Amino acid sequence: MRTRLTHSLRPATLVAAAALALAACGRSDAPASAADAAQRVYVAPGAKDEFYAFMSGGFSGQVSVYGLPSGRHFKTIKVFSQDPETGWGYSEQTKPMLMTSYGFIPWDDAHHPELSMTDGVPDGRWLFINGNNTPRIARMDLASMETEEIIEIPNAAGNHASPFVTPNSEYSVAATRFSVPVPQADVPIASYRENFVGMLTFVKLDSASGHMSLAFQVRVPGYDYDLAHAGKGVSDGWAFFTSYNSEQANTLLEVNASQRDKDYVAAVNWRRAESCVAEGKGTRQPARYAHNLMGADHIARTEWGTQVTVITPTTCPGMMYYLPTPKSPHGVDVDPTGEFIVAGGKLSTVIPVFSFGKIQDAIRQNAVDTVIDGIPVLHYEAVMVGEVQNPGLGPLHTEFDGQGNAYTSMFVSSEIVKWSLKDFTVLDRIPTYYAIGHLMIPGGDTRRPWGRYMLALNKITKDRYLPTGPELSQSAQLIDITGDKMQLLLDFPTVGEPHYAQAIPASLIQDKQLKVFDLAHNTDPWAAHGEREAGVSRQGHAVHIKLTAIRSHFVPDNVEGVQLGDTVYFHVTNVEQDWDVPHGFAVTGLDNAELLVMPGQTRTIRWVPSRVGVFPFYCTDFCSALHQEMQGYIRVSPRGSSVRLTANTNR
Amino acid sequence: MLPMRTRLLLALAALLLTTTYALPLWHISLRAPQYPEGLGLYIAIDAVHGQGEFDLQNLNTLNHYIGMHKIIPDEIPELRFLPVAIGVLVALGLAAAAIGRRWALRAYAAILVAGALAGMADFWWWEYRYGHNLNPTAPIKVPGMTYQPPLLGGKTLLNIHATSWPASGGWILVAAVTLVVALVVLDWRRSAPRAAA
Repeated sequence: MRTRLTHSLRPATLVAAAALALAACGRSDAPASAADAAQRVYVAPGAKDEFYAFMSGGFSGQVSVYGLPSGRHFKTIKVFSQDPETGWGYSEQTKPMLMTSYGFIPWDDAHHPELSMTDGVPDGRWLFINGNNTPRIARMDLASMETEEIIEIPNAAGNHASPFVTPNSEYSVAATRFSVPVPQADVPIASYRENFVGMLTFVKLDSASGHMSLAFQVRVPGYDYDLAHAGKGVSDGWAFFTSYNSEQANTLLEVNASQRDKDYVAAVNWRRAESCVAEGKGTRQPARYAHNLMGADHIARTEWGTQVTVITPTTCPGMMYYLPTPKSPHGVDVDPTGEFIVAGGKLSTVIPVFSFGKIQDAIRQNAVDTVIDGIPVLHYEAVMVGEVQNPGLGPLHTEFDGQGNAYTSMFVSSEIVKWSLKDFTVLDRIPTYYAIGHLMIPGGDTRRPWGRYMLALNKITKDRYLPTGPELSQSAQLIDITGDKMQLLLDFPTVGEPHYAQAIPASLIQDKQLKVFDLAHNTDPWAAHGEREAGVSRQGHAVHIKLTAIRSHFVPDNVEGVQLGDTVYFHVTNVEQDWDVPHGFAVTGLDNAELLVMPGQTRTIRWVPSRVGVFPFYCTDFCSALHQEMQGYIRVSPRGSSVRLTANTNR
Repeated sequence: MLPMRTRLLLALAALLLTTTYALPLWHISLRAPQYPEGLGLYIAIDAVHGQGEFDLQNLNTLNHYIGMHKIIPDEIPELRFLPVAIGVLVALGLAAAAIGRRWALRAYAAILVAGALAGMADFWWWEYRYGHNLNPTAPIKVPGMTYQPPLLGGKTLLNIHATSWPASGGWILVAAVTLVVALVVLDWRRSAPRAAA
């Protein structure tokens, strides 16, 4: 259930135990005193948290919204996985959102939330997250906290190095974690080296609407492209991707992809790529992909992409360089100034730090070791500005506090190490419980980190909570980073597996939260804007019932004349315009999902009656004092029955 | 003739009434556990609207449980009548100032006070009807309970605490009436000694 990484590194934890003693210098094990820590995370009843945190749900496919510092869970935003609680991915309006070229895919493995940015700082407009399994990027609106758009990434497999955003939200990137034949072809797996390629994808974001479109793809050698971050400040215009398996193994990667001393960080000058594309150096290649967009009418529609522009490093010199990086790097993170690029070589004993200035010098001086498929490999010493020595074991990801410090998660030694960007020396370390993956500081991957807190996002919890059978939760740990010593304040279980997370001051988004959807602007063709518009109609074997829901009744609530063999569509409009008054809908034998309909919204669920009889429907959300009375009946007659199609309330 | 200052102040009082075309007269505010953000109504001479965009609709939704009649502004005749009445009062006030005679001032003051009292009485009667004319099939029936909102001040009705006070236009109206009455009193005081002599 947990990540591949966990499994592949588990034997290494044995080795780690021995090495830990050596690495444990200046360890600040002691948490803040319990009372002190409790006070710092205590948000009094009715008071609000300082930060919104958006955490990936991993295998849950969703994004969960938490408050910091309290660690309280507010909402799970439905993204890639069907949700029978609300009808997401089941209702007629939302089903197209999960369409892909592989068909309807009702789940995904969601990894990296990423906030939209203006001038390198989160602007609170949108949140993006990648679907790893069926390559996709989703965009959520932060006023409704709902998914508005999902675009599929063609020519890719395992969209892991995604959806990292450039400083002015020009692009969101995607890169294939698993190289595959492009276009797909029936070839021997052993022909990996000849036939498998990687793709780095740049998805253009519309600055006004956030709408995504495939700008171009860069065809690269068939390695595993793992993580990414855009350059910023001095390195604005560049994007960095880690790769592993430069050995190009196609079997037992655990061993075979861990042989070389160095793999690569790919440094991509995306402005250069843009101009090459503009000069027509790319080729248009067929590619079928789904682009699903929620309309202004709250109905999702799928448009099919048929082509994508592909460029290669050979046809666009100066676009891309490889930086040799020790031992299967995982994360690649750029400090707030944009000067330092930090790679987490997960099997490395050091954390290498590259300098953007040195990279530019190396390019100018042609400090090139070799060229792979048109990509110059720069000399390691020429681009490396320092190595953090003895950081611990299994460095994965680095975040920054904006005070000149970096914090790197150590999966194997299960700790966070704080180190200085001035001299690359270790300043402090704190254990995590257990096996930390990503870590997150509010704004910690942006130009202006808000700092103060850090979240450790842990894979394993073992003995941390009351045990719950074999399946245990993952966890987040809140750490105070205001002092010289990191201090553990709180840990709390998470929804699904938190890979990456993002946080933003509440003040930037709390006041623009929608309270209701405007009923007057509900343009769903099956909406009933008031009880007078409610009713029933037949189109062949399809029966459409337009229902209104308001405290505490449906109109209509008595429906007759449905026949066995009919398909019934319940179009439920919540005609409330009051905050926090959703209505639910369910009918006996509904074999897909219930609906949860927000005020002003219309949602449609399809029901195929399986037997003759009279079946109740009711509101599933305790909406009011007379919620239990919010019910109705639908009568199903035999095929060919003479019962007239009628619908009414209180007649 | 009245002094020019009195006549100008009389005209000012009449003109102050015109602000009620733009500003609400009354504010009924409701607090309930489920409405921490507040819920309320503003009453203007030609409209009843919620303090929040959808408050009127939400209030009607809540009120249906106890069988109160829906507040539908189009069905309230006063909202068509009041703009005309205010217009007439402004015209009469300006006319009284132009005439500049004591009788005109006193007559205007009498009309204004009578109008204000009639308005309050009508408002009370409106509240009475809304609070008492309950649908006999209402889901929630509390024996002996009626739901007339207060005319002035606060009152708890089941889970809702209602308060009722003049809004900005209402306070200006009060000021205008007070001003006219004050002009009558000052004029009376000034003239009284001579009358005695």
